[in-house]
Amino acid sequence: MQLDAHIPAGPLTEKWDRHRFELKLVNPANKRKFEIIVVGTGLAGASASASLAELGYHVKTFCIQDSPRRAHSIAAQGGINAAKNYTNEGDSIWRLFYDTVKGGDFRAREANVYRLAQLSNNIIDQCVAQGVPFARDYGGLLANRSFGGAQVARTFYARGQTGQQLLLGAYSALVRQISTGMVTLLARREMMDLVLVNGQARGIVVRNLINGVLESHAADAVVLCTGGYGNVYYLSTNAESSNVGAGFRAYRKGALFANPCFTQIHPTCIPHTGDHQSKLTLMSESLRNDGRVWVPKNGGDIRDPQDIPDKDRDYYLEQKYPSFGNLVPRDVASRAAKAQCDAGKGVGLTRCSVYLDFADAIKRDGRENIAKKYGNLFDMYELITDDSPYQKPMMIYPASHYTMGGLWVDYNLMSTIPGLFVLGEANFSDHGANRLGASALMQGLADGYFVIPYTIGGYFAGTTLAPVNTDHTAFKEATQTINDGIAKLMSINGKRTADNFARELGKIMWGYCGMSRDEQGLNKALTLIRELRAEFWQNVLVPGIDKDYNKSLEKTGRLADSLEFAEIMIHDALYRTESCGGHFREESQTEEGEAKRDDENFSCVSVWEYDGYDKAPKLHKEPLVFENVELSQRSYK
Amino acid sequence: MKKLPKRINLTLKIWRQQGSEKKGHFETVAARDISVHMSFIEMLDSVNEQLAMEGKDPIAFDNDCREGICGTCGAVVDGRAHGPQKATTLCQLHMRQFSDGDTIVVEPFRARAFKVLKDLVVDRSPLDKIMTAGGFISVNTGGAPDGNALPIAQEIAEKAMDAAACIGCGACVAACPSASAMLFVSGKISQLALLPQGKPEAARRALNIVKTMDVCGFGNCSNHRECENACPKELSIVNIARLNREFFKASFFSDET
Ligand SMILES: Cc1cc2nc3c(=O)[nH]c(=O)nc-3n(C[C@H](O)[C@H](O)[C@H](O)COP(=O)(O)OP(=O)(O)OC[C@H]3O[C@@H](n4cnc5c(N)ncnc54)[C@H](O)[C@@H]3O)c2cc1C
Ligand code: SF4
Ligand code: FES
Repeated sequence: MQLDAHIPAGPLTEKWDRHRFELKLVNPANKRKFEIIVVGTGLAGASASASLAELGYHVKTFCIQDSPRRAHSIAAQGGINAAKNYTNEGDSIWRLFYDTVKGGDFRAREANVYRLAQLSNNIIDQCVAQGVPFARDYGGLLANRSFGGAQVARTFYARGQTGQQLLLGAYSALVRQISTGMVTLLARREMMDLVLVNGQARGIVVRNLINGVLESHAADAVVLCTGGYGNVYYLSTNAESSNVGAGFRAYRKGALFANPCFTQIHPTCIPHTGDHQSKLTLMSESLRNDGRVWVPKNGGDIRDPQDIPDKDRDYYLEQKYPSFGNLVPRDVASRAAKAQCDAGKGVGLTRCSVYLDFADAIKRDGRENIAKKYGNLFDMYELITDDSPYQKPMMIYPASHYTMGGLWVDYNLMSTIPGLFVLGEANFSDHGANRLGASALMQGLADGYFVIPYTIGGYFAGTTLAPVNTDHTAFKEATQTINDGIAKLMSINGKRTADNFARELGKIMWGYCGMSRDEQGLNKALTLIRELRAEFWQNVLVPGIDKDYNKSLEKTGRLADSLEFAEIMIHDALYRTESCGGHFREESQTEEGEAKRDDENFSCVSVWEYDGYDKAPKLHKEPLVFENVELSQRSYK
Repeated sequence: MKKLPKRINLTLKIWRQQGSEKKGHFETVAARDISVHMSFIEMLDSVNEQLAMEGKDPIAFDNDCREGICGTCGAVVDGRAHGPQKATTLCQLHMRQFSDGDTIVVEPFRARAFKVLKDLVVDRSPLDKIMTAGGFISVNTGGAPDGNALPIAQEIAEKAMDAAACIGCGACVAACPSASAMLFVSGKISQLALLPQGKPEAARRALNIVKTMDVCGFGNCSNHRECENACPKELSIVNIARLNREFFKASFFSDET
């Protein structure tokens, strides 16, 4: 298959303007004749639904949660980037573009990233107009902070709840369109399948999560905004219902999946302490601005951290990366923590954490000032672990956090299925092999507020759509297949619950396809996953009945998808024998143990096509061309 | 170095209800071998794993983020919405708050406006309905002025943020003797009334929202302050005073009806 990203011609800085001019328009009176399905109500889905409805399209919006306001975007803490240069430090659209391409280790499309940087400024304006209470300086202007090791302060924030406030802003725009009748909201619905007619995306079948009934919905286009798949690792910073299902089912219907092995492991999370644990809570990256990371010099030093004198401590990040120190990018910090623990120097109950110490910062700035900056994070940490970071260093360890991979989309955010658009974390478009802090919120809102409203019009204006409603056989067939699948799951009546299987899958993925990967381990993982999947279909236990509120059934269905999807991640990780960003292949490192790219062979997007159950997926490649930035090796020494 | 976490045994008296049309009842369920480091939700997971293995229907409860921000979780634990710990959602309540041998009573959030759907799961969509009636500033995408065009005093922005911290969990409604949604509503009204962007629509917003609150079956505020005590985000009832002011202004001094 020839993948065409449809990147507009012309100089980088003019591509988006030119493209908007060249896209055909839908006449305002005709817009109301089109119906659009939006799946998901996070930043991407809520902003897309509202903006499309404002233009006059009829929108039907779906989400798993009981309210659109609860999508996992709500949990983002740190902030959102924009190239406003309010701080006069020399930031610009070009610099944000360059930082994002470089941060992604040169594995993203220049044109998409440049557009993202351009739109970043509009997002802030839009959110302020909606009443998002961003932090402000004494003079009443918007405050900025530096985040994730960026050299300029370009991050806008609302205390430690930026995602919440941005999502509530988008939610307010969404409910406003519900009040006008332009958006119909269907909450507590899970998309079970995508429906194609004449090869075009024309609807979905959802399961009503209250009564288990399957419902069909037809439309002229489908927009997936279903978030990331970090829960493949079971323990992650994601919410319980975050899952790959919607994307995976579209993949099975022919949409291609890009860079599935590009996952982000966040360095500062509350560590794993036992099998009862259902998630690893994120401790914001901002903590590394003041906290010092260390482990005891001697493995097995069981003294309380306060009793270990400086000479017996190893501040390994400061040692190894004198210029960036504790602020090295996420992938580098995560791998370094793993290396310490692998060397037997980890601390805590499972010996699998490192210290993040605020004692020096408290000495320097006073407890009060530290409390002002991090008080609510410290409280959250204490609530969960029963230890106070004011008295003892925090214990942290990396955890699965974000997925750069996603459904392949072109410049218009359309997948390989005509009429199926993919926005937000669910697509692969902008972050390459590693996402920078405060850039996911930016991307979700750019996609939803400012890209899809134009590009979907171009699709409608240039396409013929046959009239389709839910009586079409395609809906009947999809419903039948889903029903059969559910009946199969319910009938197995084995001995292990979905949670139990999911934990095991998570361990396999974390062990062999987590922070570092090698050929042998990946091959082993393939075997283990296949064995686990075979056992799953023999031995899973789903309590309750299917025509009911049944969380166990929901989880089992999502797990069935993950068990297949995990394998695609492994194939991708096996294929990419270079290291780049968050993807670290043991076989490809510099002498100092850093990720070593292989631009000659892997300057491309790896894109996978479904080829049937239990069959290896087919590989396609989209070459990445860099005309505006020079490829360089990242160095944080 | 930390010792192995303590494990405790508990008895749950927990509300079971098959559906909104069915009658509910309390059921006694043992929660065995619970690590004190578990959250309340993880404790329920562990009980459910047990029930599933015994061929019984697990306890239905809503949750999602498990970090106190999405507002999905919630139940009344020993008579208190979200349980005994102040400023804490159910998912952030940890089992070290309980002692070995305790009996814990667990019920859904109850209110006239919230229908019980199953066990601890309730229908809180009326809260979305209230927001649909006016919890927004009428601005379309595009054409917004520069973010710094309109300075907002830091203390005003901070107050707006305090009011905006609501997670929409509905605990305030469950805690209120009149099942009023005033604290929830006052958060949004305050946030938008404090900010200059929200002022043009303030009157219409207050009138529409209060009207919808009544229609949805929420009660009137009777100044018991139970809402404030139950709120995991510690929203202050100062916001309710602000809401009353906005409503009063709108009813008497504006042309809106
Ligand atoms: C703890 C945490 C902190 C973060 N902090 C930051 C930060 O500070 N800055 C930053 O830029 N980024 C941050 N991120 C990343 C960022 O929050 C996410 O990438 C982003 O919010 C994703 O938005 P989204 O709209 O794509 O998806 P989500 O917000 O995840 O929404 C997904 C939506 O899809 C729905 N859905 C999923 N599957 C189905 C289905 N099958 N049927 C129906 N509906 C479905 C869900 O119900 C939900 O509504 C953080 C992430 C986490 C986990
Ligand atoms: S005001 Fe408090 S208790 Fe009420 S919904 Fe909001 S967060 Fe929950
Ligand atoms: S599950 Fe999100 S607040 Fe408790």
